[in-house]
Amino acid sequence: MFIKQISVFLENKRGALREMTELLGKSGVDLLALSVADTQNFGIIRIIVSSVATEPALKLLRDNGYTAKVNHVICAEVPDRPLGLCELLSLIEQANLSVEYMYSFLRASRGSEGAHMILRLSDGEKAMQVFQMHEVNLFSQEDVDAL
Amino acid sequence: MEMSQREHRIYNPAMECISRDELHKIQGERLVATVKREYENVPMYRARMDAAGIKPEDIHGVEDLKYLPFMEKTDLRDYYPFDLFASPKSEIVRIQGSSGTTGKPIVSGYTRNDIEIWSEMMARTLTAAGATKDDVVQVTYGLGLFTGGFGAYQGADRIGAMVIPMSSGNTNRQIMMMKDLGTTLLCCTPSYATYLGETIREMGIDPNKDLKLKAGCFGAEPWTEEMRKRIEELLGIDACDIYGLTEISGPGVAFECLEKHGMHINEDHVIAEIINPATGEQLPYGKPGELVFTTITKTGMPMLRYRTHDICTLTDEKCGCGRTLARMGRITGRTDDMLVIRGVNVFPSQIESVLVRADGVAPHYMLIVDRINSSDTLEVQVEMTEDMFGDTISHIENVRKYIIDQIKSVVGIASKVTLVAPKSIPRSEGKAKRVIDNRNLH
Ligand SMILES: [Zn+2]
Repeated sequence: MFIKQISVFLENKRGALREMTELLGKSGVDLLALSVADTQNFGIIRIIVSSVATEPALKLLRDNGYTAKVNHVICAEVPDRPLGLCELLSLIEQANLSVEYMYSFLRASRGSEGAHMILRLSDGEKAMQVFQMHEVNLFSQEDVDAL
Repeated sequence: MEMSQREHRIYNPAMECISRDELHKIQGERLVATVKREYENVPMYRARMDAAGIKPEDIHGVEDLKYLPFMEKTDLRDYYPFDLFASPKSEIVRIQGSSGTTGKPIVSGYTRNDIEIWSEMMARTLTAAGATKDDVVQVTYGLGLFTGGFGAYQGADRIGAMVIPMSSGNTNRQIMMMKDLGTTLLCCTPSYATYLGETIREMGIDPNKDLKLKAGCFGAEPWTEEMRKRIEELLGIDACDIYGLTEISGPGVAFECLEKHGMHINEDHVIAEIINPATGEQLPYGKPGELVFTTITKTGMPMLRYRTHDICTLTDEKCGCGRTLARMGRITGRTDDMLVIRGVNVFPSQIESVLVRADGVAPHYMLIVDRINSSDTLEVQVEMTEDMFGDTISHIENVRKYIIDQIKSVVGIASKVTLVAPKSIPRSEGKAKRVIDNRNLH
């Protein structure tokens, strides 16, 4: 149930993020989710595209001089009401896991009322078991592709 | 790492595998004799010793080497052509030379004894690369004033191998002879070896099937591990590095064995030191600094504490081949490249060695030195590679911190490491520009 994510290294330079999104956009790559993590010196851009677009997008980035990698992350549905996210985080905490980063999809899926959070946790396999045990609604790669 | 069970050939095991203690004793005796010869026969060096208040009697062994004055390349120009000779001209049987910094070449005079020593050093060199009397040695260095050609020829001749003194040029003919005569060992510059290999491949010749080449001794210009790999792949051989300079004798002063892990120095004929180029003080094994040679058996034109201005490190750790002769690492730079940052001597090559050793880090870097609030700063720009990259900030911060710690422990100063986009640091053929010094020190 893991989904594919591409992470890209960016120097902290004016225009760097625009250049990257322009490169992807001009090649028709549609971004389903994006997060920017930055420090004073550099940034990591994490993006999710449909599974068929993942390899071509990775190649495109690499061919254009970017350092990029594919990783696997979890996508969990969070009920769209107060405390919705808090409940999910409690599950993670109780399982002794930690969140390394988290961001959300740019659009909601058809027939779903909740938000879709993308999570990188300290132990992905264990988190997966915990989520399934507690019947947390998870997004599969097919669900992502259907967005 | 894969352990290689290679057969190591040694030309003169008595000397090449001598105990360090025994070696130091022999070096001491030979040094004392050389200093005496130099003092008595070379007025320039006598004056230099007198000025330093040193008499030949003050030199008792290797440990006293540090008291002797240095010699420089400029001395060969200033005392050109004969004033550094320590033997009568009638005893000189050969002149070799190389280009100097000004119009005139520098020359060195060899007695019969010196030619024998040089031949022995090259015989050891070729043997370490696997040569025996059954080998066919193709020499593509010119047989002329430059020492490369004669050095390789004499060494191969000493072993009793079949020498093909091709000299340089005419690549097609080189390849034809290589094929027809069954060359097994090649002596040339690493760049020519690459060119030969590329041409051979273009001609559709498969070295592993159509040629008998097994090894090569390559020198006379600096080269890298990547070049070694390329030559070995192109030609299907073992590529060994050799070091030498006309002032000391020629190629063969130091040579690699098939372990390919540093060049063994012919220490029964030369003493190698590493010094701090700024102060002249001796540095211990393992520390990078300027390589200094003292010849201890040459009689024509002995050189005492000759400063090469080449930067490298020495080690006397025992080598897998069985030789006890100390090894010098690759020449990683020239003393002109040295930076003084917060009073510490920093060689760009030290930073490079840290990066090369760190897993997944590209050896491309740029050093930016600045002076902020009257304190020197060092920024090291390193390219982000896929191996270093992870999708969390903490992963990348750990890599950055690791590099900073390593630089601190190797170089001894704190630095700021900036990770930059791949291929954003300019590449250049030959000598890459590695340093931007914004301090306006001149
Ligand atoms: Zn060895």
